[in-house]
Amino acid sequence: MNYVDEFVKEGLVENILKKIRSSAIRDIKIMEVCGTHTMAIMKYGIKDLLPQNIKLISGPGCPVCVTSQGYIDTAIELSYEDNIIIATFGDMMKVPGTNSSLKIEKALGRDIRVVYSPIQSLEIAKQNPEKEIVFLGIGFETTAPIIALSIYKAKNENINNYFVLNSIKTMPNIIQKLIVNKNVNIDGFILPGHVASIIGHKPFCFIGKEYNIPAVITGFEPLDILYALYQVVRDVKYGKCKVENLYSKVVEYEGSRKAKEIINKVFIPSDSNWRGLGNIENTGLKILEGYKEFDAEKNFKIVIKEQLAQTQCICGDILKGVKDPLECKMFSKICSPSNPLGPCMVSLEGACAVYYKYGLRR
Amino acid sequence: MNIITLEHGNGGEYTHELVRNLFYKHFQNELLMQQSDSSILGNIGGKLAVTTDSFVVDPIFFPGGDIGKLSICGTVNDLAVVGAKPLYITAGFIIEVGLRIDILERIIISMANTAKEANVKIVAGDTKVVGKGDVDKIYINTTGIGVIEDNTLYMNSSNIVEGDKVILSGTIGDHGMCVMSKRAEFDFDTDIESDCSLLHILVTDILEVSENVRIIRDPTRGGIATTLNEFIENTQMSIVLNEEYIPVRSNVKSMCKMIGLDPLYIANEGKIILIVSTKDAEKILEVMKRNKLGLESRIIGEVIGDNRNKVYLKTEIGGTRILNMLEGDLLPRIC
Repeated sequence: MNYVDEFVKEGLVENILKKIRSSAIRDIKIMEVCGTHTMAIMKYGIKDLLPQNIKLISGPGCPVCVTSQGYIDTAIELSYEDNIIIATFGDMMKVPGTNSSLKIEKALGRDIRVVYSPIQSLEIAKQNPEKEIVFLGIGFETTAPIIALSIYKAKNENINNYFVLNSIKTMPNIIQKLIVNKNVNIDGFILPGHVASIIGHKPFCFIGKEYNIPAVITGFEPLDILYALYQVVRDVKYGKCKVENLYSKVVEYEGSRKAKEIINKVFIPSDSNWRGLGNIENTGLKILEGYKEFDAEKNFKIVIKEQLAQTQCICGDILKGVKDPLECKMFSKICSPSNPLGPCMVSLEGACAVYYKYGLRR
Repeated sequence: MNIITLEHGNGGEYTHELVRNLFYKHFQNELLMQQSDSSILGNIGGKLAVTTDSFVVDPIFFPGGDIGKLSICGTVNDLAVVGAKPLYITAGFIIEVGLRIDILERIIISMANTAKEANVKIVAGDTKVVGKGDVDKIYINTTGIGVIEDNTLYMNSSNIVEGDKVILSGTIGDHGMCVMSKRAEFDFDTDIESDCSLLHILVTDILEVSENVRIIRDPTRGGIATTLNEFIENTQMSIVLNEEYIPVRSNVKSMCKMIGLDPLYIANEGKIILIVSTKDAEKILEVMKRNKLGLESRIIGEVIGDNRNKVYLKTEIGGTRILNMLEGDLLPRIC
């Protein structure tokens, strides 16, 4: 048993597919909120196996994609300071700002380093006491605990040259926002398993209770996803509107106590600016007053300015699930992973990049 | 401590000492020992094949190999897959000042041993020393010369026809994931070993039993997905692969899952992928499986008439997706 191959037993797959086909009695639009789900769906060719009347649309759950242009511009500006080292997750490197990207600035000699965890940037801070290290704190509830931990550790260990340019976003309310948007008609949700492992099953229950929409928390293996799709399709058929948890091996009703504890120690819920969606109430986390000395915005007295460049990019609509990448005029022609014009093409998990990589072209 | 200094690269006494004590000593052969500005090679009967490659791998020592072994294997393999018998290699070194001489010697011994195993002679070389940080430890360029003795042999993608089979000589992704796992930024604790090896005998074995090998490549950077796209690039055909037939070691599979990479795009340094006629496929497979580098050889797919010119993958659960060429950078300095 390697916990990889067990999830792809072919007999089981065929069985679930049969059930999906027989339950899908009308056109059904299902949104997978999380970018990792989008990726798995394309990687295993799941779209190709589903009946035509089931439409899967990708949601706003790719952290790089929803990071605002102003944020990137601010990070680039900070990198111009000689004594600043920017530390970032690799995905951010290619994201286009208004005039440049971190990748280009690094090639031009700015000190910008890719790390796999904010804890690594803390190490960089310790090794370079004469420099100021700015970690680009993006992500959802999944990365929030480790970013919180890095700030908490910095305080405990008296590291005073570590800062976070914070833009952490949170899930439940953005889903609510999509539900109430008149242009977005979603029959069911596949909910982000990783986020749920942190905050739990409970914060998603409103989707069924208040809006009568079925939703399923699930994992990322093909059978996890197929079974979740079956549940949604079946619930739509029978008019059931429960939020179910198929990922109970990882997700508890109340979530992870430890992770929530560290998040609450360092962060407080706040509004957040989403690319393509705008400023939305209670969809982010900001650094608490008690840790303000680690807040890059406060320390460097900067304000992230939001100004959107004129472009034909439809990433905003793609993030809302109103359009899919194939509807974009630039897709695969002038916008590709090596020359991304919009954020959905940049991130490995962005809907456009995933469509491109897995070969959905016009 | 005995280290490389800028004097070792100035062409004077130190350079000569280095050449004598390391390069001549370990690479020892009559052509190199002509000790001239150029080495004069004898007449070579047949068509010549020539290839060049630079090696910048980080780290320079990794499980299953090192930059020295890699610099010989890579060039020998590039000659072998076009059907050439590898004969001569030249080696250029760019060394960062401060490299320990015992480390340089280990690399040179590794090159010498690999060259001996491949039955090729290192016939010319060059050394440059640059300042701290101008290169990272050591970069090596090797150029190889080989001979194609069979005048009728010309393996090329234009030979590919519908129904041809795609054969892979073993597991994929081992080299790339091994090197990646040893990078400081990842700090993985795994037992993944590079597959870095010499493939010339495996190729010779194949060409001895069949005249219907359309094309052979060693799928290095970009992995088998990129190589297969290159195979059909200028044809009117497509390829269908069966994911379940493509062997991936479980440690490679796990690490790929963990960091979100696809083994189909990861570099190999000891594998070949080839397209052969249906008629000869079984015969070729049999001879490949007898070679220790081809024990796990399998037919993993076939060429179809579909003129969309795509590589399709039938996934483990029966879905289909298209494999494009590698786009964007996975990780630099893998070879």
